[in-house]
This record gives sequence, C-alpha cells and structure tokens, in this order.
Amino acid sequence: MARTDVQLMLDVKAGNELSFEVLLQKYRLPLVNFLCRMVRDQATAEDLAQEVFLRVYRARKEYTPSAKFTTWLFRIATNLALNSIRDGKHQQMQISIDAREEDETPLEVPAREKLAEDRLIERERNEMIRQAVYSLPEEQRVAVVLHKYHDMDYSEIGKILGCSESALKSLLFRAYEALRVQLALLVAKPAAHPAGEGRGI
Amino acid sequence: MSCEKFSGTLIAYLDGRASAGERRDVEAHLKTCAACRERAEEFRRLWQAMDEAPAIEPSLGFDARLRQRLAAEPQRKSWAWLLPAPRLSLAVALLAILTLWVSNRQPVVEPVQGSEAQFRMIKDLGVLENYDVLKNFEPLSDLPAAQEIHDQSQPQQDDDTGSGTSN
Repeated sequence: MARTDVQLMLDVKAGNELSFEVLLQKYRLPLVNFLCRMVRDQATAEDLAQEVFLRVYRARKEYTPSAKFTTWLFRIATNLALNSIRDGKHQQMQISIDAREEDETPLEVPAREKLAEDRLIERERNEMIRQAVYSLPEEQRVAVVLHKYHDMDYSEIGKILGCSESALKSLLFRAYEALRVQLALLVAKPAAHPAGEGRGI
Repeated sequence: MSCEKFSGTLIAYLDGRASAGERRDVEAHLKTCAACRERAEEFRRLWQAMDEAPAIEPSLGFDARLRQRLAAEPQRKSWAWLLPAPRLSLAVALLAILTLWVSNRQPVVEPVQGSEAQFRMIKDLGVLENYDVLKNFEPLSDLPAAQEIHDQSQPQQDDDTGSGTSN
C-alpha cells in the first residue's frame, strides 16, 4: 500500500531523503501549473515552485501533520505567489508561454494546413482563457485555479485562503461569473466549441 | 428559491458537491427561471473550455536546478540535538567555566595563629583540668590568693631594692 503524503513527510522528518524525492516528483507538475496560472510567467513560476519545495525541506524537522499535506503545500505556494504578484517585480518581464511554444513549433506546414489552423484556434482559445483567469482579482484567481485545475474541495481551498466555505462559494461564483462575461464569445455559442473531456491539471 | 439564493449553490450543484436538498432546490429553480438556466449552461461550457487548457510541463532544467538548491541547503549536524537552544547552551558553558575557575583557585590558608592557639590549648588540657579542680577545691579557698601573696611580698622586694640602691 502506497504511503500517504503525511507518512512520506514524516519519513522526511526522520531523515529519509528518498521520501522527499517521491513528494517532489508527485507535486512538481501541479505546483508549476498552479504557479504558472498565478504569476503567468513560467520562469518565475518555476522559481517559486522551487522555493516552495525548499521551504518544505527546511521545515521538515518541525513538521507536524495538523492539516492535509496539500493544504500546507498550496498555502505556501499561494503566499509566495501573492507576494510575488504584490511585489510586482515579475510583472514587467512577462514572457508569454505561448510565444515560447510558437518558437518551438512551426505552424506553417502546407500539407497540414487544416491541422495548423485548428491548432491556431485552439491556442487562441487557451490564451483567451489564461488571460481571463489572470485578470481576476488575486483571491478569486487562487480559488478558481485550485477549484478548476486542482479539483480541491471547498474546505481545503477555504483553509488555504483563510475563509469560510460559504464565503468561498460566493467568491467562486463571482469569479466564474466574471469569466463567463469576459469569455462570452467562447461560452455563448456551443456549436463553435467542442466539449473537452476530463480535467486538466 | 430566488435567483440570488440560487447563485450561492449553483457552483456546488454544477461540480456535484451540493447536498441532496440543495440539488432539489436548484433543479426546481432551473425549471422556472430561463435566465438562470442559461447561466448554468454557460458555466458548464466555460468549464469545458477551461478543461481543454493543456498542462504546463516544467522546463528541462527544473529538476536539476532544484536538486542543486537542495544540495546547497545546510545540513543539520548529528549532534545538533544536544543544542536545543542557544541561550541554554551559553548558560551551561558559563556554568562549566565558573565551576572550573572555582575548583582551580588556591585554597585559602587559615591563619597559623588560630591553629597554634588551638594546639596549645589541647596540649595544656590536663593542666587546665587540674587548675579547675584546684580552683574549686574548698579547703584551698581559705588560703590567700596568689595575688595577695604577691602583693605582700612586693614591699619586701621594694625594701630590698631600696636598700640596694641606697647602698
């Protein structure tokens, strides 16, 4: 039976470095994705994700399993992201993730013109969504990203943000309402937007 | 259910986390309110569009950089548990220094005079006991005291001396 995150963290506290490696591999992708959606710039998001892991590692000796491991992990990540946004030091150097992808993947492939067009549309849609999420007020953004992309329950998001479940539901409704209005072009015409299955990270 | 109250439970209804009672209330409201029905549909389509966003992979150097930073973290020494608190450690060290200093000091030399007096008293203890017995011996109390004998004998000596000087 696989060890739980809390058990792994207690192993790390006892000096087992391999357990930290397991936690690192398990949460590197979710953390980088969460932070990319919070600070937008991937280089900054990766720096912050590394800082989260370093803080967890530094705090290993004092770790007490008083909450879910993910609650603790994402609370650290949220605080770092909000501080980074409020500092504003990274906002000037926003490197578009999509711009990087465009550099890496050439679109002009004559034999696959239709495919390239589809990919372009898909990329534009994703960029619209990212921009809309990024334009939300900070707390709404945290709530939406954790709810939609990390499938967290209300109580856990509430603990991360330090608010009650009812306050969180209200916060989420306002956030999704803002997104619905902002992305009216995407959500108002169902025929133009094929439904995707499953949740992203 | 009003549209305002509906908004508080709509998200939980759509993500499947609403209670049975909340679900019933929302469904009842959706049957009667076209605007909220439309909003709920648009929320569903919004979520579907958001689901299509691809996951962002960390860059190739991410793990290597992280391991480098972790390796640079100072490791705790195996004996670190002996030092639970810096202040306590300092207090213990000062106490140890004080103990060493006190134990290495030269012993204080007692004054010789006191010990010699004690020694003489012990040596003369027998004489002193005899003195006490003689002092308290009643028949002897009738005898003139030694001072008186001395006083009586003094004028004779003076006379002798005077005669001597006159000579």
